[in-house]
Amino acid sequence: MKYVSEFRDPALAQSLATAIAREVDPARSYAFMEFCGGHTHAIFRYGVQDLVPSNVRFVHGPGCPVCVLPMRRLDDALELAERHGVILATYGDMMRVPGSGRRSMLTARGAGADIRMVYSPLDALALARDNPGRQVVFMGIGFETTTPATGMAILTARAQSLTNFSVFCNHVLTPPAMEHVLAAPGIALDGFLGPSHVSTVIGAGAYRPLVAQYGRPMVIAGFEPLDVLQSVLMLVRQVNEGRREVENQYSRVVTEAGNTRAKEVIEEVFALRETFEWRGLGSVPRSARAIRPELADFDAEARFAISEKQSREVKSCECPAILRGVKQPKDCKLFGKACTPETPMGACMVSSEGSCAAYYTYRRAETMAEMEAAE
Amino acid sequence: MSTILRPGAAIEMAHGGGGMATTRLIREIFARHFANPILDQGHDAARLTLPHGRMVMSTDAHVISPLEFPGGDIGSLAVHGTINDVAMGGAVPVALSAAFIIEEGLPLETLDRIAASMGAAARKAGVPIVTGDTKVVERGAADGLFITTTGIGIIPEGIEIAPERIAPDMAILLSGTLGDHGVAILSQRQGLAFGTTIESDSAALHRMVGDMLAAVPSIACLRDPTRGGLSATLNELAEAAGVSMVLKEAAIPVRPEVAGACELLGLDPIHIANEGKLICICPEEQAEAVLDIMRAHPEGREAARIGTVGASMPPGTPGLLRMETLIGGMRVVDWLAGEQLPRIC
Repeated sequence: MKYVSEFRDPALAQSLATAIAREVDPARSYAFMEFCGGHTHAIFRYGVQDLVPSNVRFVHGPGCPVCVLPMRRLDDALELAERHGVILATYGDMMRVPGSGRRSMLTARGAGADIRMVYSPLDALALARDNPGRQVVFMGIGFETTTPATGMAILTARAQSLTNFSVFCNHVLTPPAMEHVLAAPGIALDGFLGPSHVSTVIGAGAYRPLVAQYGRPMVIAGFEPLDVLQSVLMLVRQVNEGRREVENQYSRVVTEAGNTRAKEVIEEVFALRETFEWRGLGSVPRSARAIRPELADFDAEARFAISEKQSREVKSCECPAILRGVKQPKDCKLFGKACTPETPMGACMVSSEGSCAAYYTYRRAETMAEMEAAE
Repeated sequence: MSTILRPGAAIEMAHGGGGMATTRLIREIFARHFANPILDQGHDAARLTLPHGRMVMSTDAHVISPLEFPGGDIGSLAVHGTINDVAMGGAVPVALSAAFIIEEGLPLETLDRIAASMGAAARKAGVPIVTGDTKVVERGAADGLFITTTGIGIIPEGIEIAPERIAPDMAILLSGTLGDHGVAILSQRQGLAFGTTIESDSAALHRMVGDMLAAVPSIACLRDPTRGGLSATLNELAEAAGVSMVLKEAAIPVRPEVAGACELLGLDPIHIANEGKLICICPEEQAEAVLDIMRAHPEGREAARIGTVGASMPPGTPGLLRMETLIGGMRVVDWLAGEQLPRIC
């Protein structure tokens, strides 16, 4: 497969691994947070840990959009489908996430709610056109990567005068979440693997103020295993040389300014919310998007009255601490026992990009052994 | 006499009523396309003369949307799927039965095309459809057409195919590329255009299996990695046999267009369904001979050795399936929880 297999070349991977091993200072440890769930997935899927020295540690950050969505927002979405009788269109990742009382989109669909899995907001627009007598709500979720597509869907709906399409907007922003992690007391991070898809939109420049303020190096990294290894090497070098910069390993796609057109769409359609609740991080100021008031016709929150209610998180679930990078899945009592991908208690287990799912899927035996040893 | 196959004609409830309409449906569509001496006797039950030996019986219900897809349709799939299930028991398939649940409103032309394809698949495989049943259900009670096929076959003397026979150090072979069927269906269902048409690999594998077993009777186990794909099938076998297994990702054949589609959708080919592939586990010293036989068949041209059976696991522990990744790391290959869901970004 041209342009993919080149980034999975075993000989190149080995030579990068050798370079990392040569440059790592054995007298210290290196903790790098991969912010983005896509990196977590890639690291586990390709066994990248096996290729780096044991004192280089990956800390998994809050960059999985499913994992950071608070249960309350999922309950709201379920209410749209169940109480308001809309066709709720959502990405596949959302289907099994447990809401209050362990209800999920899948169980709600089984009970009669009209919930459809879509691959893009355009599929949701098509649903609206094909069902003129029904209200169709697209659950907009994701970081800056998916926000422009949701924005385009809203602009298209307006251009086509669709009156039965709206978006339940849960789009969140990367830099404020990173800042939240960095500002937490006692954080022991030596650097970030910066998100790749997000950065294609917002550009490498978006992180420079953050890196300048908090003094942690960042390398924007592609998702392929060689990208990750090369980025680790670049981070190790920055740490060893005492540099604190934004470097762009993923320069074949990411530019300094990002995608101007995509940013324009985001600005045209969305405003910043004053604050937004994140699972694991709590309220983070100016960290999420809402649909601008002038486009309120396409805003599900403006169109439907959603009841204010409390959602009950599973108490012993450690998702919040795991998302902040302060705990690992093995530190959660539920991991691999009450909580598995088949019966997830928290979002980190249900999303394929979640840390718990990655540990469970790819490193279960080792993790369970570590848990037993700790007991 | 006029035919029921008028342009625009569709299945009506009367076609399932047991009267003249039912008889005409059976005669003009099923009996015409499936014709063979046993079916043509027209009894409710087929009378078969079977050779001596142990019999294998397998049944499979087929529900698939869309009914027709690149490389096949629900009819040929129902024939191939059941023939393969019988063949994976080490048996020579002898006959098939087919039951149809048809939704009111299904165009008769569609049913005719599917029955023709089913008849052609059975003839090509040399396994006749000898008996069957037809039911019509109201609009909305089924998704166009459901087909259940049952197959019987006879295990030749000296053949013993069973997971318990899988032993440490045996070779794990795969008859060809992974994921073709699942991605072909997905691309149709989602209206995704990938530049090239990806065709289902739907095919009957019994002749290849016959040759493999005739030459190497010591083959321990055969299985077709259908729903759940390679990962579910091997996890199941590892658990049943009480062994671990190690795969080599670089050795697993995947068509570039299938790999590309999987990349795009965030899916892993090892979890995706196949309908014309088999996994063979055999003694190490026979591996090359079995691969040569597979590669001599059109269905096995791209056969490859993809892994090795590892150590015995303590009784009661699930088998452990691991894979050496493309870049040389190791990871567990797990069962999928539920269906594989595309990632958000």
